[in-house]
Amino acid sequence: MSAALNESQREALIRKLTALADDEIILAHRDGEWTGHAPILEEDIALANIAQDELGHALLYLGLRSELDGSDPDRVAMFRKAAEYTNTRLVELPKGDWATTMVRQFLYDAYEALWLEAAAQSTYAPLAEVAQKALREEKFHLQHTALWVERLALGTEESQRRTQKALEELWPYTAQLFQTVEGEAELVEAGILPDIAAVRVRWEALMVRHLQDKCALRMSREAFPGPSRENHTEHLAPLLATMQKVAREVPNAEVW
Amino acid sequence: MEKDGEPSTIDHQLSTIWAALAQVPDPEIPVVSIVDMGMVRDVQIDGERVSVTFTPTFSGCPALHVIRQSIEDAVRALGVQDVEVRSTLTPPWTTDWINADARERLRQYGIAPPAPAGEGLITLEAEPTRCPRCGSFDVNLTASFGSTLCKRLYVCGSCKEPFEGFKSV
Repeated sequence: MSAALNESQREALIRKLTALADDEIILAHRDGEWTGHAPILEEDIALANIAQDELGHALLYLGLRSELDGSDPDRVAMFRKAAEYTNTRLVELPKGDWATTMVRQFLYDAYEALWLEAAAQSTYAPLAEVAQKALREEKFHLQHTALWVERLALGTEESQRRTQKALEELWPYTAQLFQTVEGEAELVEAGILPDIAAVRVRWEALMVRHLQDKCALRMSREAFPGPSRENHTEHLAPLLATMQKVAREVPNAEVW
Repeated sequence: MEKDGEPSTIDHQLSTIWAALAQVPDPEIPVVSIVDMGMVRDVQIDGERVSVTFTPTFSGCPALHVIRQSIEDAVRALGVQDVEVRSTLTPPWTTDWINADARERLRQYGIAPPAPAGEGLITLEAEPTRCPRCGSFDVNLTASFGSTLCKRLYVCGSCKEPFEGFKSV
């Protein structure tokens, strides 16, 4: 069932899988920063669960990459520098307050769920399998964060103000989620990857329905396509320093 | 040796291996086994080698290494030297594979069994869940994520008991 890839398709798919995994790893780290700090115990647990799922997805993507180039997922995650990471700026921004964290997670979860739903139809069977698997988990993230955004937006004056502010600050960064990687068009042509522009149309409709119609938030700002995925804010390097510290100090640790 | 008895010996060995795997508890919910959960997809005997294929429940499940090792240990305990444990994502694991008997054991243990998963995966609403204690549908979801990736937290509006519900995946 899986079409044989030519060399340029293989390279483009490696780039795409790495970008997908990088978004998951960095967002999981930001979510993990709430451990011990979330407003209530249940949310401490919820964000740790979500982070764990996102890391699981990253591992699936890096497993697919490994089949293509023999790379070691642990080394890819733990021994690259900021400039080699290809996550979007959206996921590397500091965790901010609770509203910022929930709005970002909602924007991302909806994108991820819709992308996975489309990718489940991939002609490249290993990707279709991974997408079907991850989609079953992702729906819980989306349900959770959609509810939180609603609760905050329709809650107190203070929570509404913070949620609106978070949406205004984060929205411009969402455009980068829908940028293509080099060679992606060829993979879309072959039915290996979903057309990200079509995913974006569905995503925007969902955003308007939930954020504007249900949560009465203003969606006034434009999302401008940012720089490419190789360009990062000043926030990524310190994040990686923390995340990779143990792996770099004890590079041969295996079981612990 | 290619006589009638040969296939039945293999069948016998296969059923012995399945029986051994049915004794391996799910590390996070020991009231059910990995076979009850539908995680063991295939057992193959090829000469001296036994291959077991299993499918992970949640991709980020921290118990995966334990499960893989438990499968290997269970087969080795039968005297098999050459054991291969493989994992597959196809078809993706679904709670619909949890057998009826195991669902009842989950319920008695206090965990609401999963509702049918169905195909409509992207929805902003949680699936209906019944209190495992009194059977009421008057329940409130208090947290979407519980002590493990596979469970949610509820409180029953009828008997007032808090309980865990298995996610419908």
